[in-house]
Amino acid sequence: MIALRSVHFAYADRPILRDVSFSLAEGESMVILGPSGSGKSTILRLILGLECPQRGDVIIDGESICRMKESRKIDVRKKIGMVFQAGALFDSLTVGENVAYYLLEHTRLPWDEVDRRAREMLGFVGLDADEIIDKLPEELSGGMQRRVAIGRALLSTNPRIMLYDEPTTGLDPRSTEQVLKLIQRLNADKGTASVVVTHEIADALAVADRFVLISAGEVAFDGTFEALRDSADPRVLDFLAPFRESFAEVSRKRFM
Amino acid sequence: MFFFSLRTSAALFQRPFYGTETIEQMYNVGVGSLFLVILTGMFAGQGLAYAFAVELAELGAKNYLGRIMAIAVVRELGPLLAALMIAARVSSGITAELGAMKSSHQIDAMVAFGVDPRKKLIVPRIIALLVMVPVLTVVTDVLAILGGYIVGTLVAHLAPSIYWAAVKERLVFGNLFIGLLKPVVFSVVIALVSTYKGFTAEGGTKGVGRATTESVMISSITILVVNFFITRVVFATIKGWL
Repeated sequence: MIALRSVHFAYADRPILRDVSFSLAEGESMVILGPSGSGKSTILRLILGLECPQRGDVIIDGESICRMKESRKIDVRKKIGMVFQAGALFDSLTVGENVAYYLLEHTRLPWDEVDRRAREMLGFVGLDADEIIDKLPEELSGGMQRRVAIGRALLSTNPRIMLYDEPTTGLDPRSTEQVLKLIQRLNADKGTASVVVTHEIADALAVADRFVLISAGEVAFDGTFEALRDSADPRVLDFLAPFRESFAEVSRKRFM
Repeated sequence: MFFFSLRTSAALFQRPFYGTETIEQMYNVGVGSLFLVILTGMFAGQGLAYAFAVELAELGAKNYLGRIMAIAVVRELGPLLAALMIAARVSSGITAELGAMKSSHQIDAMVAFGVDPRKKLIVPRIIALLVMVPVLTVVTDVLAILGGYIVGTLVAHLAPSIYWAAVKERLVFGNLFIGLLKPVVFSVVIALVSTYKGFTAEGGTKGVGRATTESVMISSITILVVNFFITRVVFATIKGWL
């Protein structure tokens, strides 16, 4: 479904990714871990075709996204829902207009229908549509904004792949839990494949079956939770060291 | 900047066309800047007329005030003042808005949802500026000449009919042509510089602030330089109609 093949990427002269390769199958949930600035978010931008690698290729359903025409890219992006860091909601639009953004831009549905679908989606992501649909994003809490962003990505194209860029960064524990539960529910109920980028190990363990650790622009680890837990790779041990207690606790819960 | 301008120019002729956004931007540029250009035109016209009136009275040529005002305002002062005021107000606003959208990934989100930000964000702003800068320039011209009239009649004790007859005498094709060509060119300068700076802003809030300052600075200086060359080239080309 998604494959990165020997991807090298640099911003100007600053190398970000070096020889990164991995693939994601239909319905699989993957977390990309790594310290800040390690190139995790860049991977999502590459998958979406917002950036192109200097070397290597990004393949979506057998096609290279960087070699596609813009019109084809738009079609391919319909399969992909992206939740940007901090939500990236359009701050001049209301919550309802944000959630229904794709419908408003690409369809000629009557406003009543658009409004109905937006309300339905807000309900799906656990928000009270009547209360917030006419508000501006800045009037919502961080957690609510993230859930609106997830709703916007889902309502747009009914995607088969969801990309989440640091979905819980800056949220309080309660909001974090709500967002993680929503991601879990989407993975389970809709069977969407997902790629979650995070540096929070507890979040990672809650939403994924597979873990990729990016260290210094390279894939330092790619495997299951058990393999991650048992890894003796110094880069893995170094990354997990600050989270040792929470990692052990989540590990216990996972096997209870 | 060159390739950005080329791609943007191509986007002007491609579908879809965002009519609502264009009207919204025309309102922002036109109505939003109206009060500013009214004040600018009125006071700049009065100041200029006062300086001229004193000098011309000493030479016994105060009847020429209307002619000088018409030439100075329509050819130079009106387009320049209006464009500089709009550059200060609108250029900074556009760069700050687009820069903030970029740094908060709203432009990326737009692309992710299959919307071309060039068509959605840049084209409506260019069209709005292309339409509204000439309109605002005409408003500035009218107000500045009116300011000259107030000073001419109240300070220089000039008969209104003499002032208006002199103004009318210099409102010829050549002067009007330069006076309307300049704002069109200035609007393109403001639009391209401000959108380019907004789209390429980097470095968070500080970067957006820097891009905004640069946008106003580059727009203003480019307007002044371009103004000189238009005057120079057009003056030489259509001298007979001036």
